[in-house]
Amino acid sequence: MEQNHTKRQIKVTRNSLFEQGYLDEQFSQLEDLQDEANPNFVKEIVTLFFSDSTRLIRNVENALESYPLDFCKLDDYMHQFMGSSSSIGAKKVKNECTQFQECCKAMNADGCIRAFQRVKQEHAVLKRKLEAYFQVSL
Amino acid sequence: MDTMNVCCNQITPSNSKELHVLAVDDSNIDRKVIERLLKISSFKVTVVDSGSRALQYLGLEQESNSTHFDDLKVNLIITDYSMPGMTGFELLKKIKNSSTLKQIPVVIMSSENILTRIDRCLEEGAEDYLLKPVKLSDVTRLKDSILKTETTGIDQLQSCRIKRKRNDDWLPQPAPKFARL
Repeated sequence: MEQNHTKRQIKVTRNSLFEQGYLDEQFSQLEDLQDEANPNFVKEIVTLFFSDSTRLIRNVENALESYPLDFCKLDDYMHQFMGSSSSIGAKKVKNECTQFQECCKAMNADGCIRAFQRVKQEHAVLKRKLEAYFQVSL
Repeated sequence: MDTMNVCCNQITPSNSKELHVLAVDDSNIDRKVIERLLKISSFKVTVVDSGSRALQYLGLEQESNSTHFDDLKVNLIITDYSMPGMTGFELLKKIKNSSTLKQIPVVIMSSENILTRIDRCLEEGAEDYLLKPVKLSDVTRLKDSILKTETTGIDQLQSCRIKRKRNDDWLPQPAPKFARL
């Protein structure tokens, strides 16, 4: 009984992640690649994503402290961040990265700083939600 | 009643050999994903993180052309476009300009749907241009066309593909599947 409740809970959590736009189709694609021989594939990818993105966030923070801002470098970091977000289906994070890139292209320093706050926010929220979903710390 | 399982060491399908793909991507996440996509599609996979490492690997496989090293022979190269150092486009050019490597089909992967970039890659001899994130259906389609290429003319198929790619650009993106219940 307990096990069924947990399974149902997991399913509900998963569906809400999609319904609320945190995850997109790409996440389902990754789930489809999981099988008995590779039962932790999605968790491994997601873990890799969060260790990578934590590093990228630090790099961006450092870059945002330099004056004048190196918009090329920032755009490059965001391109990487956006790429990996897209690869795991992290929809909201990806969208915020795109916003950041727009600010880089417009060489809008304030815009970049604000956009980056939102990237970090969405990143933190997703991490919390996926940790709950996988019931591990990522 | 227990049945005896006869273990066969060589269970190979009669009509296909395992194709060997060299995948090139600087993103470790994308490397992991493409490797899985390819393995699930029954490809043998070698993954490297840069164009120069890809050339190194291909250079090595050039030296061993005897039948003993058949398992090193690369049947397809799939590479990311945007990479630091050597881009996927530069790698494509180097391969197509090499007398020994030019016959290997090269597929470009990119997160950017830029028509001029797609055209440039196809004109330079790329077999196909896949939009990231790459899906299993992309890899399946690729496998089918590579298998066909091995039996039909390459040029014939390439011109068909270029036409199809141009047409595909004008099609609206399908709506993403929503939550699975």
